[in-house]
Amino acid sequence: MQRILHTWKHGKWLTHLLIIAGGFIMIYPLLWLVSASFKPNTEIFKSGSFIPATFTLENYRYGWQGLSGVTFGHFFLNTFMLVAVCIVGNIISCSLAAFAFARLEFALRKVWFALMLVTMMLPFHVTIIPQYIMFNQLDMVNTYWPLMLPKFFAVEGFFVFLMVQFIRSIPRELDEAVKIDGGGPFKLYGYLIMPLALPAIITTTIFTFIWTWNDFFAQMLYISELKLYTVSLGLRMFLDAMGQNQWGAMFAMSTLSLIPLFVVFVFFQRYLIEGIATGSLKG
Amino acid sequence: MNPKLKNALKRNAVGYLFLSPWLLGLIGLSALPILASLYFSFTRYDMLTAPDWIGLENYRAMFGDQKWRNSMKVTLIYVFLGVPLQLIFALSVAMMLNRGIRGLRIYRAIYYVPSLFGGSVAVALLWRQLFGGEGLVNLLLRQIGLPGYNWIASPDTALYTLIVLKVWQFGAPMVIFLAALKQVPAELYEASRIDGAGRWKQFWRITLPLITPIVFFNVVMQTIQAFQAFTPAYIVSRGTGGPLDSTLFYTLYLYQKGFTHFQMGYAASMAWLLLIVIAFVTAMLFLSARRWVYYQE
Repeated sequence: MQRILHTWKHGKWLTHLLIIAGGFIMIYPLLWLVSASFKPNTEIFKSGSFIPATFTLENYRYGWQGLSGVTFGHFFLNTFMLVAVCIVGNIISCSLAAFAFARLEFALRKVWFALMLVTMMLPFHVTIIPQYIMFNQLDMVNTYWPLMLPKFFAVEGFFVFLMVQFIRSIPRELDEAVKIDGGGPFKLYGYLIMPLALPAIITTTIFTFIWTWNDFFAQMLYISELKLYTVSLGLRMFLDAMGQNQWGAMFAMSTLSLIPLFVVFVFFQRYLIEGIATGSLKG
Repeated sequence: MNPKLKNALKRNAVGYLFLSPWLLGLIGLSALPILASLYFSFTRYDMLTAPDWIGLENYRAMFGDQKWRNSMKVTLIYVFLGVPLQLIFALSVAMMLNRGIRGLRIYRAIYYVPSLFGGSVAVALLWRQLFGGEGLVNLLLRQIGLPGYNWIASPDTALYTLIVLKVWQFGAPMVIFLAALKQVPAELYEASRIDGAGRWKQFWRITLPLITPIVFFNVVMQTIQAFQAFTPAYIVSRGTGGPLDSTLFYTLYLYQKGFTHFQMGYAASMAWLLLIVIAFVTAMLFLSARRWVYYQE
């Protein structure tokens, strides 16, 4: 390894230069977005610079107002609430199923597991129409139920799979300790596996957060009442009111909408990166 | 009761108890809806009156529908151009980052950020501005003396702005490639270097064969995802799929049919056809895997 490193060393500054230049191009649009959110509308279309010639917070003030007295603060609270419930649902339902697949013996286990893998590949469009009709008949359109309820039934196979992989890596010898103490499968799940599977649970939490936060299709389908709007739906309103004076406000609210994702990324990068990698490598 | 039987019953009861939320979801939210949408695909259904059985009429109408054919074409271009380009970028950058350089964590994070934000409405809105007539891309082009172009409003280029958006998000597969590259034993490189193999040869003879399972994984996952892309096309075209249907993704047309025109039967038949197309492409990938995916042991 050392020798390989050595032979490549001569070209190393060039590698760094290339990587930095490439990275800059990659995040240039995002940096520009943030800076545009602090520029007056007249400047946005004239300047590719990162530093606003005139610095203003007007876009944030104007954009935050939202529509008909329902502010973006409302949309943010709605989304946080929705995300929180989805996280709880995914953790409970996916860990129960994963525990069953990884540690319990029962008839047809392998068949169900194979079916779970198949559901991961299904396009959700093939279920969305009957689901919509069902939720419509249950009078649940324009509530969060259609968005939250499925999470309590472990519909996202990816998380079940992720947790199965993780639980399988926990040594079986540890199970014996619980069994010797007279604990059954419920104790095993609650007192041993769940605490030890914490990294997988954190990964599930983060991905549920990101996916629910970024979701647009399902939210648009089920929510049309302004008071129930999520951040995604709030941002879509800028499409309808596309006057020149809206751009700054749109960029301001877009920037705000990305902050929670960024914070999660900064603090939980390790779990995110490992989650992506283990999903594929151990599979 | 026989104690052995009693034990087996108890074991199964416990197993199914833990499995029950998932199992209920599988039946109620996946299996039955899939069958229901198969049934709807043979009907005319507007959600107000009862479904009306029309046999294969929806499927026949679909193949004769110019707009449907176009949406399929647009989606196939998006998938078969976007996914390979995205993965080539992902692998190239991963190779560059895997040279044991300092600051890997920071570089990796920077390249991953677009994948983190890429699916959001915010970034799709940003894309509308970037490639619009008065957008940032044109601003930069004019600064270096090149003429601008309305990328979003032209049917020749609108789809390619979405492909650029897809390729821009190469960070997620890149992270997976990086993890795989780390597992290639360094001794192999050393041995081949002694044999006089250059870096190009090393890539084709050692690196690539050893990571083919991961290449395969990325191809399958990204392809399935790309077929289902919706948000960027919806936002960039303001829900129309325009100009001239050039960004009318399959899923966007399905949405329009089902949820703005309330032709649920037609939309259901579209969904089933999408399922078949994805299953076919995935099956082809798995079949081809025997020829090019190299599994150790």
